Amino acid sequence: MKYVDEFRDPEKARFLLEEIRVLVPQIQSERASADPIYIMEVCGGHTHAIFRYGVETMLPKGIELIHGPGCPVCVLPMGRVDDCVALAHMPGMIFTTFGDAMRVPGSKESLLQAKANGADVRMVYSPLDSLQIAKANPDRQVCFFALGFETTMPSTALTVLRAKQEGIKNFTLFCNHITIIPTIKAILDSPDLQLDGFLGPGHVSMVIGNTSYRFIAEHYKKPLVIAGFEPLDILHGLWMVLKQIADGRCEIENQYKRVVPDGGNTVALDAIGKVFELREFFEWRGLGSIDHSGVRITKEYAEFDAERRFSVPALKIADPKSCQCGEVLKGVIKPWDCKVFGRECTPETPLGALMVSSEGACAAYYQYGDIEKIHETRELVEEVA
Amino acid sequence: MSTVMEAAAKNGKPRHRGKVKVSTITLAHGGGGKAMHDLIDDIFLGAFDNENESPLEDQARLSLADMAALGDRLAFTTDSYVVQPIDFPGGNIGKLAICGTVNDLAVGGAVPLYLSCSVIIEEGLPVETMRMVARTMAETAREAGVRVVTGDTKVVERGACDKLFINTAGVGVIRAGVDLGVDKAQPGDAILVNGLLGDHGAAILNARGDMQLTTPIESDCASLHGLIDALLSAVPATRFLRDATRGGLATVLNEIAEASQVGIEIYENRTPIRSEVKGFCEILGLDPLYLANEGKIVCVVPRADAERALAALKSHPLGHGAANVGEVTDGRAGRVVMQTVFGGRRIVDMLVGEQLPRIC
Repeated sequence: MKYVDEFRDPEKARFLLEEIRVLVPQIQSERASADPIYIMEVCGGHTHAIFRYGVETMLPKGIELIHGPGCPVCVLPMGRVDDCVALAHMPGMIFTTFGDAMRVPGSKESLLQAKANGADVRMVYSPLDSLQIAKANPDRQVCFFALGFETTMPSTALTVLRAKQEGIKNFTLFCNHITIIPTIKAILDSPDLQLDGFLGPGHVSMVIGNTSYRFIAEHYKKPLVIAGFEPLDILHGLWMVLKQIADGRCEIENQYKRVVPDGGNTVALDAIGKVFELREFFEWRGLGSIDHSGVRITKEYAEFDAERRFSVPALKIADPKSCQCGEVLKGVIKPWDCKVFGRECTPETPLGALMVSSEGACAAYYQYGDIEKIHETRELVEEVA
Repeated sequence: MSTVMEAAAKNGKPRHRGKVKVSTITLAHGGGGKAMHDLIDDIFLGAFDNENESPLEDQARLSLADMAALGDRLAFTTDSYVVQPIDFPGGNIGKLAICGTVNDLAVGGAVPLYLSCSVIIEEGLPVETMRMVARTMAETAREAGVRVVTGDTKVVERGACDKLFINTAGVGVIRAGVDLGVDKAQPGDAILVNGLLGDHGAAILNARGDMQLTTPIESDCASLHGLIDALLSAVPATRFLRDATRGGLATVLNEIAEASQVGIEIYENRTPIRSEVKGFCEILGLDPLYLANEGKIVCVVPRADAERALAALKSHPLGHGAANVGEVTDGRAGRVVMQTVFGGRRIVDMLVGEQLPRIC
């Protein structure tokens, strides 16, 4: 497949892996520490690709990948899912959502269960599909579950702009968009964190560009490399992070130049700026409340805001006590170190959100990751190398 | 009661056949009266023409002696078809209802012989749609050499079903000496498939029209007993066959690994998937290994027979694209692992629910 196979070339991977195998012990010997080098991939898309192509099984033992908070489905707190379910059950409501948000557990029901119990929940591929549904059902309310980082924010913003332009009265958003920068900052400020560098998100950066990450290098002295989502992109990105560490540099670099312009996408940013404003704080599953990490709809577009138009319960539901999603998100523990991983918490009966989406670290390990095999293969790799 | 064939000609004498004169099916067509008889006469008897096995009775009567001549065990299966949309590139619900049940018999090593056909129609279905589906069923059955010998028709209120549901049950005869089993895989065995994977699943998802993608992908829906016959004749020691329908190749491999308590290793670069299906999956965040097929079987054969089995599959028109995709191992029991094109390894687990497209 054109533009895809080139980025899955095992020959090129072998070359990068050889380089990585040289860099890792070099960094460790300079530090005079056998501790692994911890690199966090912020984005859930990276986590998914790492597991899907078995990238982790190819790496030498001295690198640990920390699967960060960049899965918007995973970090959604239970209270917000309850709000979705309440909206979906309102008489006459058509509630539309992206597919992988359907299974996220609320305190009583997920959207999938709400659908089975009679709510009109429909899966869409774009917020514009919801607008079409609203136009086709003028006597019913249509509410779209807006979710995601800056990647999905522009399409939601454009949908609101179009709804306003066309004077559509029966369309609203339940806005759960979140922003990446305050989240990375919260992670960096976390006292129990041990991190040597970041693989930066590709699609978010396509929208916001790369200048907003500067504080990570300047203030926190951590290297960050924006990377694409093909396995070769990821290996290349990891190699670039390691190279920076080995050279003693802390910079923001862009491996994904074929998609990410330095200044981001100004049309998308304009649309976001018109429709959304920062919330003072937003609650994250596992991470608690993070200042300025969520957005809501501005006053000018208030008519499209489901939170203003309908009464949602807006109750705060504490994460289940046994869940250690927060520690997994911050890389303090590995998914399989969690007390409930694979026992009470499985993809079938997820307790924590990380088990829900295929981008969640726990679900990815459960589905794709053979923990013993990862260790075994890595030992073999070491022996051969 | 009310078998599709119950109004069939009595004692071989030609009988006047009713005609449906309206354009949509209503509850009257399920009421047991003249409207129903007209529907059965016109649509079903018009399509399935089986005089011998279908007298005016509530059951088909089949000769045991004829069947016993073909083998030593009866195979019996049933499946319900609720596909939406009912018409899709490469087939329709009727073709699926015949091929699916024929294949369920054939993968057990049976010669498929007789099918039943039971339809549940939502009121409001255009008569022409029902006629088209019945004709397709008859054609598909004729091509497959099986006969639809009994059936039933029900019409339900709008909303009680989605346009048209079909159930077919089938009987066939298993040849003496053939003994296939999901628990018979042994380390070293080869795993073969008969061609490109994921076409049916991608064609159906695309036909639903939500994605507005233009692709030439068609369902691979086909009756596979001819292909299976070729394989079993060439390699009687074949251990196991299963059609990779819902849940795709990944699900069948997990079933084998679990039942036979073996490990399975497959290779991404040997797994045949057309680039349109790969692209479709890339866009939607789906995994083609879990997409449904309606014309693909997974075969487990002893390693020594792998080449012969592959050649037998390839010699049949429905097996040109056959490939050896992996092997049974003595690795962890129940575990399916894939060597990725990239050189890594990953687990291919059973799917929890339906595959849901990823958000971004």
